[in-house]
Amino acid sequence: MDYFLTEDQQMIKELAAQIADEKVVPVRAELDEKEEFPWEIMKVLAQSDMFGLFIPEEYGGLGAGALELAIAVEELSRACVGVSTTYAANALGTYPLLLFGSDEQKNKYLPDIASGSRLVAFGLTEANAGSDAAGIQTTATLDGDEWVLNGTKQWITNGGEAEIYTIIAMTDKSKGARGASAFVVEKGTPGFSFGKKEKKMGIRASITSELVFEDCRIPKDNIIGKKGMGFIVAMKTLDHSRTGVGAQGVGVAQGALDEAIKFARERVQFGKPIISIQAVQHMLADMATEVEAARSLVYSVARYVDSGAKDISKVSAMAKLYATDVGMKVTTDAVQVMGGSGYMREYPVEKMMRDAKILQIYEGTNQIQRNVIGQALIKEAASKK
Amino acid sequence: MKIVVCIKQVPDTSEVRINPETNTLIRDGVPSIINPYDLHAIEAAVRIKEEGSANVTVLTMGPPQAEDALREAVSMGADEAVLLTDRAFAGSDTWATAYTLAKAAETIGFDLIICGKQAIDGDTAQVGPEMAEFLNIPHVAYVKNIEKINGGSLIVHRLMGEGHDVVEASLPALLTVVREINEPRLPSLKGKMRAKKVEIKKLSGDDINADGSLLGLNGSPTQVKNIFAPEVKKDRKMLEGSPDEQIESLLSELKTLKCI
Repeated sequence: MDYFLTEDQQMIKELAAQIADEKVVPVRAELDEKEEFPWEIMKVLAQSDMFGLFIPEEYGGLGAGALELAIAVEELSRACVGVSTTYAANALGTYPLLLFGSDEQKNKYLPDIASGSRLVAFGLTEANAGSDAAGIQTTATLDGDEWVLNGTKQWITNGGEAEIYTIIAMTDKSKGARGASAFVVEKGTPGFSFGKKEKKMGIRASITSELVFEDCRIPKDNIIGKKGMGFIVAMKTLDHSRTGVGAQGVGVAQGALDEAIKFARERVQFGKPIISIQAVQHMLADMATEVEAARSLVYSVARYVDSGAKDISKVSAMAKLYATDVGMKVTTDAVQVMGGSGYMREYPVEKMMRDAKILQIYEGTNQIQRNVIGQALIKEAASKK
Repeated sequence: MKIVVCIKQVPDTSEVRINPETNTLIRDGVPSIINPYDLHAIEAAVRIKEEGSANVTVLTMGPPQAEDALREAVSMGADEAVLLTDRAFAGSDTWATAYTLAKAAETIGFDLIICGKQAIDGDTAQVGPEMAEFLNIPHVAYVKNIEKINGGSLIVHRLMGEGHDVVEASLPALLTVVREINEPRLPSLKGKMRAKKVEIKKLSGDDINADGSLLGLNGSPTQVKNIFAPEVKKDRKMLEGSPDEQIESLLSELKTLKCI
């Protein structure tokens, strides 16, 4: 199908697909098995300018937008969601700087992020602040010319491997969500260390770690945006990153569909390839239809984001919700089409199914996405009166 | 430092079929790629550029569609691209090709020429060394490592059957490289954007001051009389057992055949 991509977007898609097929597919099973961080692939992505995709040209990037990033994430996810999570989490960690950073902060960090020489992580989640992001307990207290950070962030993608961290911490607990602020913290800052490295069901090539702040002192100017804007920084960041998670859902679903079709053409039962059996054909037909629907939604929303629209919360939540549910369903069905083979590690679909699950959970569970959509519907209806 | 990388656009042999009547390649519908060894040559040149300073010109002789190969080389980091294209070049064997490329390299100017060790369609491995002879410069073939380049010379490792030779050559020189030298990079997005716009300089026989009698079919001593698939002989016998037993059976076989 023609998605009416521009010549440049088509070029991005082809290069991302080449990286996925030549550099990711051959090693994905091993990375998964060994829970190994994909540094080699990150170097290839850096050399290919993929980290600079969504960074403005003045900072050494390509100045592209949400659609281009979604296309690249989708292609990588087709091969391995562990790899695409590492790549996409870098964008997630960068959005606070891109959307709210001062000129000094942008000049200091964005060129290194664009070249891929420094990886980024976003630190919001804590043990008691997951879906309820306002429950953050990490604090930042101003002491002279420095902020002093204390607390522990949990389940942070790229934690330990990234050089740059954008962190949400409470600057005034009494104000609740309005008492949060965003900061940029560099790896190696005294008082900043890494705790437990999580063992996960899927996306095992990506690293998920604890960030520990113990009297970690950072310069006063490391605050991103104004004091008390932390919750807004986090929500706007998530509004922008959600299309990327949707793209992961599309990519993993496409990867699983491709595998299921290939297998069904080769596997012979009852004297014929199983793809000629209507029960199998109907499953594949549903899967293919859902993938196209999810891709259409993700691309449409990404184009809307790139138009500069402000009211993107609802639609980006829809893209994330629908495309990741499709990712889960299609990978599960691919395992079913492939039967016993699909369940075995010899074939890639069991990994895709394990990987897909996280997409319904991270960057706002799909239940939270429904909350976002529901609240937007209420607001829209009220404003019509 | 000025580096010229010679590349060849070849049919992707993993997808090639042979016409059983004429024994020639069926090129229709077969994708064209940069000769895989030449990708290593491009990578070697781009690395020299990244480590110090160099200008990398990629050079090919071929029909207008060979432009695609040149653009791909630019997307990997080559600075300039030159296409040798002229009807007079048609039918060139390795000798005429080497002469033409040598004249072009002279016209472009160079300190170092890097080629892949051979092309996967012809497999002769002759063009690089022949070019060096035409240019009267030293060459090292089968290079698996460029150790260092300083001032007027370079030190390279030449792959041998067992181990390698360390060879020093004065510049200007020509190298042909093997797969072991590096892992070619994928294109970059900025490279691809540049490649889309880069001007491909086209040179004809006149542009390189070539002697017309040495070009194309006229300049090619190789005459293809017939192309055929070698016959597969089936009357073979494998001798088995321990080395001593094999010697025994070999001797008795030879005696039976009255060879000894």
